[in-house]
Amino acid sequence: MYLNEIPELTIKNLTVRYGDGCPDCQNNLEKNRCTVCETIWAANDISFDVYPGEVLGIVGESGSGKSTLMRSLYFDFFPTFGTATLKNFKDGEANIWDASVAEQRMIKNTIMGMVYQNPILGLRMDYSAASNIAEKIIAAGSRNAFQMNARVTELLEAVEIPTSRMSEPPKNFSGGMQQRVQISKALANNPAILLLDEVTTGLDLSVQARVLDLIRKIKAKHGISILLVSHDLAVIRMLADRTIVMLDGKIVESGLTDQILEDPQHAYTQQLVHSLI
Amino acid sequence: MNNNYNYAFLDEGSKREIRRSVLKAVAIPGYQVPFGSRELPIGRGWGTGGLQLTLSLIGPDDILKVIDQGSDESVNAVNIKKFVGLCTDIKTTKNTREATIIQTRHRIPEVPLRSNQILIFQVPIPEPLRVVEPREEITKKMHAEKDYSPIWLQLYESLVKYKKVTIPTEYPCMVEGRYVMNPSPIPKFDNPKLNKADCLYLFGAGREKKIYAIPPYTEVISLAFDDVPFERESFAGKICCLCGSKNTYLDEMFDAQTGEKFYQCSDTSYCQEVRQNVSK
Ligand SMILES: Nc1ncnc2c1ncn2[C@@H]1O[C@H](COP(=O)(O)OP(=O)(O)OP(=O)(O)O)[C@@H](O)[C@H]1O
Ligand SMILES: [Mg+2]
Ligand SMILES: [Zn+2]
Repeated sequence: MYLNEIPELTIKNLTVRYGDGCPDCQNNLEKNRCTVCETIWAANDISFDVYPGEVLGIVGESGSGKSTLMRSLYFDFFPTFGTATLKNFKDGEANIWDASVAEQRMIKNTIMGMVYQNPILGLRMDYSAASNIAEKIIAAGSRNAFQMNARVTELLEAVEIPTSRMSEPPKNFSGGMQQRVQISKALANNPAILLLDEVTTGLDLSVQARVLDLIRKIKAKHGISILLVSHDLAVIRMLADRTIVMLDGKIVESGLTDQILEDPQHAYTQQLVHSLI
Repeated sequence: MNNNYNYAFLDEGSKREIRRSVLKAVAIPGYQVPFGSRELPIGRGWGTGGLQLTLSLIGPDDILKVIDQGSDESVNAVNIKKFVGLCTDIKTTKNTREATIIQTRHRIPEVPLRSNQILIFQVPIPEPLRVVEPREEITKKMHAEKDYSPIWLQLYESLVKYKKVTIPTEYPCMVEGRYVMNPSPIPKFDNPKLNKADCLYLFGAGREKKIYAIPPYTEVISLAFDDVPFERESFAGKICCLCGSKNTYLDEMFDAQTGEKFYQCSDTSYCQEVRQNVSK
């Protein structure tokens, strides 16, 4: 289905390591930790492509490296090894982790949007919801308040936050609303790729359903590529076209979501799928 | 003049070093140049940054004016004048037109300054980004990368909350399209005087050890969104009760007896000049 398409994002050998490593780390790993030198391999040689308009699910247990992967892509930390290239950045020829600070900012503001697992990382809790979204628009260069207001209003409406509350700070909002403000912010400059890290974790089931529904709408409307991280296979099943299964910092299985659900190959995936039924 | 001290109190080496920082500041308008702030017999926070600039630049032919909140007679202004007088033999003045060096806190005089005049600001907080970022190493980077989004966000937040930009003083300016600068605690009313001026503006922050400058004819634009113009304080319908001026920055006063509000020019020497011209 993707054979003829140029990937939106290509990650090769992404490795994020805490510690200096030793010559024999890879043979002495207990989960993601080397028993000899105690180095933690939070992401361990991860490679995959993300195609235009697809939702790529990333599923894995707590500590498997999902947030490490997402936050590396958003320049919160820099990998020990690996490259990532974007179709929309220097024709996919340049590693984004070698980009200049200004280029990284441009990538964060116009090519990617991020929704953090923890809203405190993604929002200024003391600024108004409107400003949280406008921050992105300002960063992309707008200096027109009227246009910003119009865009902020449009974005808040899209995530069903009443515009009457746009001058309130997110700290006054419920968890589900905070995630929706994050989503608005992430979409502000029409990015090609949306990074969603556990957007629904910790939310009530009904609120969860609303956020998932919103993501479905975004997918249908924007033709955007979405990286959807979750430890919840039910969420992945609902939204992801393809899925990557992570365990201890590594990819253990990947493929079409239906296929993974119907015929899981790896023991860990089998266990996951089994627990879903 | 007290001969127990070097001319203008500071030793010549210190003065030369400060002048070198001034030259660098003039060469990079709006950029904060670090300097080795000296100890003076005045508490830091009382204008030692401005004073060090004055002492480094002043020579026998200079005529000094010092104002605080627009007034030549405030205790702080008088003390600084006295101190400079003690360690130099220069003439001091209240007349803005006559002065070659004017040291100020809070105001730019109403009389337009000329190309042979230097206005020296005493600056408490030189960093315009401090309000959005407490860490110096980060604000330095933001300047280097011209990353001014957070300060624009501050303006936008103000529009969201109050429907207008509410920053009363220290209103940030873009200098020559490159550096965002804090014009020290002058009221917004004075900001436009910084743009394409004939005189040299120097800013000294003693406690924070920074010097910055606006050379003559530099473009200094108060930050504002395209569709929400920068606005100064408006004194529409108010006049100075002493000189009748309508176009000056006015201080609001209260009559102790009646409790009634009235207004006076904050620039006292200008106010006096207007009154003298009227009585002539
Ligand atoms: N600064 C650090 N120093 C050492 N180890 C770290 C550090 N940050 C993260 N780790 C480890 O990296 C691994 C991956 O963490 P990460 O947050 O990416 O997991 P996750 O898959 O997002 O988990 P969760 O589902 O709980 O969000 C974990 O073992 C974590 O303990
Ligand atoms: Mg996580
Ligand atoms: Zn090891």
